[in-house]
This record gives sequence, structure tokens and C-alpha cells, in this order.
Amino acid sequence: MKKRIGRKDLILIGVLLAAAFLIWLIITRMQPAAGASAVVTVDGDVYGTYPLSQNQEIPIMKGEKRTNLLVIKDGKADITEADCPDRLCVHQKPISMTNETIVCLPNKVVVSIEGSTESGIDSIAN
Amino acid sequence: MRTKKIAFLGVFLALALICSYVESLIPFSFGIPGVKLGLANIVVVIMLYTAGAKEAVCIGTLRILLSGFLFGNMFGILYSLAGGLLSFFVMYAVLRTEKFGVIPVSVCGGVSHNIGQLTVAVLVVENYRIYSYLPVLLFAGILTGFLIGVAAQEVIFRIRKV
Repeated sequence: MKKRIGRKDLILIGVLLAAAFLIWLIITRMQPAAGASAVVTVDGDVYGTYPLSQNQEIPIMKGEKRTNLLVIKDGKADITEADCPDRLCVHQKPISMTNETIVCLPNKVVVSIEGSTESGIDSIAN
Repeated sequence: MRTKKIAFLGVFLALALICSYVESLIPFSFGIPGVKLGLANIVVVIMLYTAGAKEAVCIGTLRILLSGFLFGNMFGILYSLAGGLLSFFVMYAVLRTEKFGVIPVSVCGGVSHNIGQLTVAVLVVENYRIYSYLPVLLFAGILTGFLIGVAAQEVIFRIRKV
């Protein structure tokens, strides 16, 4: 028990770091392009799809209550207002790349960015 | 012997709660939502080595419930429980191999804690895209697990001597 950190310990930590790095590489490869639209889902259902090219403010309503305010400005989507106590979603940075997300867990609101190639079906469905 | 143990566990629970409280005071944010130091996990790691597995999981769970009611909310309890329990079982499994020291046990705990929380987040909001946070949370888990492991190891060495 005298030894503080051994060779096996370092190997295990190294393997974990390598695995994390690998997963990071894979995920960044999957989201290279600038996105075209912001998709808002509430409770897992699509609430709406908004193009990033157009500056606009979208209030996200849950019944009568406005839970979050989504602002699209200069091609970036950001949540600027929320009625939840911790307001973690407001503190998250504006997003513009595909598969980037802003999450509001208490309100179950997810804003994610989609590319232009796959949004064709969505825009018809909406 | 039994009363001594009860008192001992009570002190540990109080210590874990204080750690949660101290952490809720410090805005120890790395700029990424959900990344925390996990100060209270020091107590769980120390207990794994000094008091035993059953005691460690009991105190860990009680601490999450109590600190959730005191400083957090129901959502917080759900995430913490998922992370805490998964991290405990992974740490116990790594410990049982008897091949690794305190630091890698704690690192595995940190990583699995974040995986557990992220999985609950994905289930709650029903959106798998949140998994794009995974790499950041993995690195954060390794870093915080390492720091917690170093601190817990020093305490374990000194407690054993007494």
C-alpha cells in the first residue's frame, strides 16, 4: 500500500484516455459541417424546425406557459430565457454546427442543429 | 462494536453531506453543463477501502437522497442516483480485481458516473443527440476521478496507520 501509483494504474488510465480520445474523434468526424436549421423537440416530440439563415425569436410554449426563448441570430441558435431554476440551458453557448445541442432538462427541451441534406423530409412533414 | 459502527457510519454520512454542501457553494464549473468535481465521492472511495462495500453504497445512496432534498430537486436525485450507483458498482468491480490502486478505481468511478448521468439524461429528454457530450464528459470524468483518487488515497494511507 506504500506505492501511490503503479505501472498497471498508469496503463489503465492511459487506456481510458485513449478510448475517450477515440470517441471524441469519431463524434467530431460525424459533425463537420455548419448546420442549416435548428430543430426543437419537447418531451421527445418535434416542436418545430427553424432555418438558421433567418434572424428570429421563438418562444417555446408548454400549454399556456412559456418555458424557454430560442433566439436565432447570425446563423447561431441560443436559448436566452428559461423559467427553470438552474438555467443551465441559458448558460450554454450558441450552437451552429450539425448535431450540436442545447438541452433544458427540467423542461425536456432539446435544441439541435441539422444539416441541409436531411432536412428535406422534415420540412415537408412540418 | 455495533454501536461503534453506527456512530462511524453516521460521521461518514455527515462528512459526505458536508462535501455536497461545500460543492454546491463553489460554482466549480468547467464551462460545460453537468461537469462537477464530485467532492462527496471522496467519502465513497475512502469507505470502499476502510469500511466495506455495503457500507459505502449505503452511505453513498443516503447522501444523494439527503443532499437532493436539501440542496437540489427530484431531477437532481434521479441523475445523481444513476451516476452514483453505476460508479459504485464499477469501482467495486475494479477494486475486486486487486490489480489496481486507488487512483484508477476512482478514475473508473468518475467516468462511469458521467456515463450513468448522461444515459438518464438521454432517457428523460428522449433525444440521443445529447450523446455528443460524451467525449467531454469522459475527459471530465477522468480528470475529476484522478483528483478525487489522489485525495482519497492520501486519506486512506493515513487512516490505515491509525
